[in-house]
Amino acid sequence: MATLHAFANPARFLKIAKPLTPALFWLGVALIVLGCWAGLTQTPPDYLQGETVRILYIHVPAAWLGMGGWSGIAISSIMFLVWRHPLASVAARAIALPGAVFAALCLMTGSIWGRPTWGTWWQWDGRLTSMLLLFFVYLGYMALAKADADRGGDGRVPALYGIAGSVLLPIIRYSVVWWNTLHQGPSIGLTQSTIAGSILWPLPIMLAGFTFAFAGIVLMRMRTMLAITKTEARMRRMARS
Amino acid sequence: MNPWPFVTAAYAVTLGGGAVIALLSYLAMRKAEK
Repeated sequence: MATLHAFANPARFLKIAKPLTPALFWLGVALIVLGCWAGLTQTPPDYLQGETVRILYIHVPAAWLGMGGWSGIAISSIMFLVWRHPLASVAARAIALPGAVFAALCLMTGSIWGRPTWGTWWQWDGRLTSMLLLFFVYLGYMALAKADADRGGDGRVPALYGIAGSVLLPIIRYSVVWWNTLHQGPSIGLTQSTIAGSILWPLPIMLAGFTFAFAGIVLMRMRTMLAITKTEARMRRMARS
Repeated sequence: MNPWPFVTAAYAVTLGGGAVIALLSYLAMRKAEK
């Protein structure tokens, strides 16, 4: 825990974040390029879905980041409320926009995948509806965080909202088990998968690539917020003197 | 139904969306840290 508190120091964080931002981002981009090449040219078409199965390599990382982003907001919110880490609320606010973008991309790619495989762009089933709810919860968080910052709030209300919103994550995860939905059941687990290895292997490359690039984007946004806070503090000091 | 327009659209939307959010974040960071 002492190490965690040490990294919560903004100056120390910036010293680490500055070289880490391009490293994470460009490593992510390289893995995404490799994953796209592998997913589009090196795997066989599915016996049932044909070539449309290739949407898997882009849809699953988008879903992973949409849900993973909110997990990050919830963890940062807990750290902010419990330990008062100065960087925790900055991290939560930095995650919100890219998380919302990837939740939206998950919905869009799912819709594009649904048309040729299910014959429809959209269905109000458990998985699709709960993911759409997560997207709206992201928008609510961003509005609340901005309103809190504008009114000089201490960040507790957005943090509580961040924790409360995490109730959606198990609902999304188990929606295909709890309800009889159009969306397929869980096909990828921690230890096993129902997808053939010859089709599945580019997916971990894409998941890693998108995760690294997402981390790079979050670091860019955290650095932006810290720089703006520093400038505002300097201007307040100048106005007082 | 030809699957490739759907595959291409899914990749274009995701890679394009990711590129836009990365570019906007980078430009905002550069402006703020100047």
